[in-house]
Amino acid sequence: MRRAALGLALALTLPTAAAAQAPLVAQGCLGCHGASGAGSAAIPGLSGRPAAELAAAMRAFAANERPGTIMGRIARGYTEAEITALAAHFAALPAGGSR
Amino acid sequence: MNTTLSRRGFLAAAGAAAGAAAGAAVLARPSIARAQGAARLLVVGGGFGGASAARFARIAYPWLDVTLVEPQSRFVTCPYGNLVLAGERGMADITHSYDGLRARGVRVVHDWVEGIDPVAKSVRLRGGASLGYDRMILSPGIALRWGAIEGYDEAASQLLPHAWVPADGGQTALLRRQLEAMEDGGVVGIAIPGNPFRCPPGPYERISMIAQYLKRHKPKSKILALDAKDAFSKQALFQDGWKQLYGDMIEWVPLSKDGKVVRVDAATRTLETEFGAKHQVAVANIIPPQSAARIAISAGLADNSGWVPVNPRSFESRAAPGIHVVGDANNGAPMPKSGFVANNTAKQAVAAAAALLRGEAVPEAVYFNTCYSHVGDEYGISIVGVFRPTDTGIAEVPNSGGVSPRGDLPEQRRAEAAYADAWYASITADAWG
Ligand SMILES: Cc1cc2nc3c(=O)[nH]c(=O)nc-3n(C[C@H](O)[C@H](O)[C@H](O)COP(=O)(O)OP(=O)(O)OC[C@H]3O[C@@H](n4cnc5c(N)ncnc54)[C@H](O)[C@@H]3O)c2cc1C
Ligand code: HEC
Repeated sequence: MRRAALGLALALTLPTAAAAQAPLVAQGCLGCHGASGAGSAAIPGLSGRPAAELAAAMRAFAANERPGTIMGRIARGYTEAEITALAAHFAALPAGGSR
Repeated sequence: MNTTLSRRGFLAAAGAAAGAAAGAAVLARPSIARAQGAARLLVVGGGFGGASAARFARIAYPWLDVTLVEPQSRFVTCPYGNLVLAGERGMADITHSYDGLRARGVRVVHDWVEGIDPVAKSVRLRGGASLGYDRMILSPGIALRWGAIEGYDEAASQLLPHAWVPADGGQTALLRRQLEAMEDGGVVGIAIPGNPFRCPPGPYERISMIAQYLKRHKPKSKILALDAKDAFSKQALFQDGWKQLYGDMIEWVPLSKDGKVVRVDAATRTLETEFGAKHQVAVANIIPPQSAARIAISAGLADNSGWVPVNPRSFESRAAPGIHVVGDANNGAPMPKSGFVANNTAKQAVAAAAALLRGEAVPEAVYFNTCYSHVGDEYGISIVGVFRPTDTGIAEVPNSGGVSPRGDLPEQRRAEAAYADAWYASITADAWG
């Protein structure tokens, strides 16, 4: 009941509240980094890590300054604003994953 | 938490916030006001696109009432089916249940959609019932064009499997049994279609995995790959790997060298090409030309190409507003027809549907694909694409994506084989988990 009221209040002030919980730009990452961003077998987790660290890694991958098998090819597809949003999104998730 | 109340809360909020007339009109519809008060999202097809859509809808837009219609009670993936052919995986490893989606509050109905009425916004099920919807996500996959290769119909596929639409997994299991039963020294013939088709690197991963099995168990055997085109996905990487791992076991015949199979004789397992060469083989895998699944065509959504034209931001059908068509059935070129693209675009389609239900603008989009392929044991390669909608369609982001580096890079290949396994676990959890 209380959560319903909260949802109502949030939705009233912020019509895209639901969308903000799941930024679309981050969805592509979940196909490899675990459905909750917590990692999958050999692929490292992203959730709960400092945003600055994640964003720096993405920029380094894009600039070919960080070794990797695939992330350079991936990181070069995203804008600077998207990298910032991605880093903030995963940093805000609980480290073990949320879903 | 009281879900019903919460859904009502969101809906009321959305109604109050929706200044746009369209949103208000949708929200005022009595069909939404009744029952639980939730807008009804109907997902048709529980494969990569549909399962991903249903799961994402429940997580990101809990105010949506989500129903999924899918005839199979368990889903067998095409991805990693080639490893089953190699004997590296069992059918259980590539089979997924719908319990995860049920636990997330998706109503799962195991039936076929037989007809769609986009004006009344309802579908007719084979079992006789009708289901209404406010927006539909349609991800029915492909149909095989029986007869496009003369002599190759559904009956012939019981002798010469396609293993390209898994359904209950029977086709993949049949091809595996035939490979196991073949004598050492036999020729495995594979017919490969022209573009566009489901999973551009798929036939070449299949060649690789069959070669891996033969090298270990039937080393005198050969693979004859007859292709209806002159170039293919990750070609240089595949051919480097074939040479290194399998020597001269694999012969790939392109279109320009008479590679296009136009006729088959199932009884004698003979594949006949455009200029009349006849190849009798011990096992034949025929991957025929394809179109969007039958339901997309019978509902009038596909154009003359056989695929469904869609809006590149919302994936809404050009022919039928309110129906978002994702996955292999749409003409999403230059994006490939892959499970990853189906998963990724399904989420954008759900976000678009949710926005339109609330009278909001369709959100900005960026689409993502990776296809990993296994070339051999501990030998993986990949292709990446990042795409964005444009005014005229969809375009790949310049200077991004591309294929794994060429050269003698055993560590890269070993790592990518392991990452491919991690990808499979991750994406199937993101769809059915
Ligand atoms: C051998 C092989 C290997 C592959 N490997 C990869 C890979 O490594 N990576 C990758 O990303 N992709 C891969 N793919 C491609 C991937 O399988 C497809 O792109 C993906 O399945 C497309 O998803 P979809 O939702 O469009 O269709 P599907 O996954 O085929 O799902 C469609 C579903 O709709 C249901 N359906 C159809 N008609 C109706 C109806 N009338 N009513 C109700 N339900 C209906 C079907 O039963 C089916 O379950 C591979 C494909 C093959 C053949
Ligand atoms: C196709 C699979 C795949 C996808 C999709 C993917 N990654 Fe990665 N990611 C990897 C792999 C593999 C590594 C290990 C480095 C390498 O080999 O490139 C990695 C490493 C990383 C790292 C470094 C982590 C560490 O601890 O070293 C970050 C940060 C990262 N990815 C972020 C992202 C973000 C953000 C996205 C979505 C835009 C994304 N990745 C999408 C496969 C993927």
